[in-house]
Amino acid sequence: MIECRNIKKTYGEGGDASTQALKGVTFSVKDGEFVAIMGPSGSGKSTLMHIIGALDTPTSGEYLIDGKNIASFTDDELADIRREKIGFVFQAFNLLPRATVLRNVMLPLLYDGVPEEERKSRAKKALKAAGLDEEHFGHLSNQLSGGQMQRVAIARALVNNPAIILADEPTGNLDTVTGEIVLDTFQRLNEEQGRTIVLITHEPDIAEHAERIIHVKDGLIVKDGKEHVRRRVHHK
Amino acid sequence: MKFKDVFEETYLALAVNKARSGLTVLGIVIGIASVIAMISVGAGAQGSIEASIQSIGSNLLLVYPSFARGVGEQVRGGFGSATTLTVDDANAIASQVQNIAAVAPQVTTNAQVIYQGQNTNAQVIGTTPNYTQVRNVQIAEGNFVSDTDVQSYNMVAVLGPTVVSNIFATGTDPLGATIRIKNYNFRVIGVAASQGGTGFGSADNAIYIPLSVAQHFFTGNSSVSTVNVEVASAQDMTQAQSDITNLLLQRHNIADPTHADFQVLNQASIIQTASAVTGTFTTLLGSIAGISLLVGGIGIMNMMLTTVTERTREIGLRKAIGAKRKDISTQFLMEAVMLTGIGGILGVALGYLISLLITSLSGTATAVSFESVVLAFGVSAVIGIVFGYYPSRRAAGLNPIEALRYE
Repeated sequence: MIECRNIKKTYGEGGDASTQALKGVTFSVKDGEFVAIMGPSGSGKSTLMHIIGALDTPTSGEYLIDGKNIASFTDDELADIRREKIGFVFQAFNLLPRATVLRNVMLPLLYDGVPEEERKSRAKKALKAAGLDEEHFGHLSNQLSGGQMQRVAIARALVNNPAIILADEPTGNLDTVTGEIVLDTFQRLNEEQGRTIVLITHEPDIAEHAERIIHVKDGLIVKDGKEHVRRRVHHK
Repeated sequence: MKFKDVFEETYLALAVNKARSGLTVLGIVIGIASVIAMISVGAGAQGSIEASIQSIGSNLLLVYPSFARGVGEQVRGGFGSATTLTVDDANAIASQVQNIAAVAPQVTTNAQVIYQGQNTNAQVIGTTPNYTQVRNVQIAEGNFVSDTDVQSYNMVAVLGPTVVSNIFATGTDPLGATIRIKNYNFRVIGVAASQGGTGFGSADNAIYIPLSVAQHFFTGNSSVSTVNVEVASAQDMTQAQSDITNLLLQRHNIADPTHADFQVLNQASIIQTASAVTGTFTTLLGSIAGISLLVGGIGIMNMMLTTVTERTREIGLRKAIGAKRKDISTQFLMEAVMLTGIGGILGVALGYLISLLITSLSGTATAVSFESVVLAFGVSAVIGIVFGYYPSRRAAGLNPIEALRYE
């Protein structure tokens, strides 16, 4: 589980030039939750995503991940947290081109020193969980369609068994139909495997696939609730 | 990250850009190959010069007449212009200096040699029988000049193998033939074996005649141009050299050694000087080749910087999924080192081939030494590390958020 306590983030060194992207954000995400963080551009949601993803540290406040405050960690310590606790899914997929699907998914385990055989078997398991057919495992990642690429990216996020999966506009580069397939994948992982998922988006339609929506605006949480009817992707 | 994994990642990364990796490696290959080939040429030259100096005899001291200088005059004649070194000096050295194995005075001129319309230019050496021992001349056929020949002014000649091949048709037996040297008839009594060597004018292009004949017919005076002295053992060289100097100073009535009208050269010091010269030559060649290695290294750095820029997003991703600074810098450093490593192996092979080619095409001796291979390989590894260090640091220092946003 993750917990943010009065997180503030200021860019620039004091004075007029500085901008306060987060002005004191407090919330927590329990294990097994599917949360969407929603807000327009400039709302501070990207900054929040970077802090949740241990890519950046807050200027002040506490950020606890599995009970450990990582607010003042160094770059390399943050790298360890990301490797062990966080799985990223990006809008632009960020797969290694001209590398096979399997190699892309095995990549996070490389930095963990996992033996090759185990890397392979875990990567295959993650790819199956992400819903990619086995016939694609040996394909080069740049030969796949957008939806397939994003499922490879999801498998890559799953492979190290992270505490949370952080998806940053995961459907932004996809058409509506493939976007639905990707969102369905997240829902299945949440429901069937109990994965904790944090989805960052600016589109209400996308956010409504989550159980809970945190609205961010001008660096503050303006609404945090479950009082919406969760949109379902209709399975065939 | 395990070494095997780093290695595999590196290989895959380089394989993605085969053309660029190949060209970058080529720069290193050329650099290493030219260093190896140039040093081999230098080392080969050094070896052959030393061998040719060794081939003229062992424990050899050469006494040359020095500059002609009139009493009180400051004007010097050319080297060897003094005519004060005589057969008597040679005899005195033989009888009065300790630890001398043999002494052979010689008179040297160049002359045209004719046999049945064929002619050539050869070095004509007037000397005594001891010459064969002192200067390590082997007789292939017939005999060398004898004491009787010297005493009786016999018009006889012993030919070097090059002279034989120049004026005699193949298969002709030169023994007993009459050749003309500067319009005097000589009977061929022997042929010397080849001594090889190219330095110092080939000893194979020489004609040996009795000393007395050379002095009487060719130089017209009783001076000699060199006294060859073989010292009994290598340890006695320095002592014999100074004994000879003192004896000749005394015989020539010269009080001030700086005004000596002769010079005693030590074979060991000639070798030393020649080694120093060829060593400098080797260093020069190696340095010029080293510049191309440096250019190759800059090529590596250039490619690595381009790669880091191109793969900014990949670096961002790797960091996002948990790679530490060290993982990233190791990966990029490894890529540079692998490029230079491959370049090093191919370069050593190519350099070796080039040196073989130089030997077979030009006949110049070359020697690829183990040291030069180790040196070239070490240098290429260092280049990989040095020129890969900055780009890899740059990659490792990238901020993952900005790197992921990089377009």
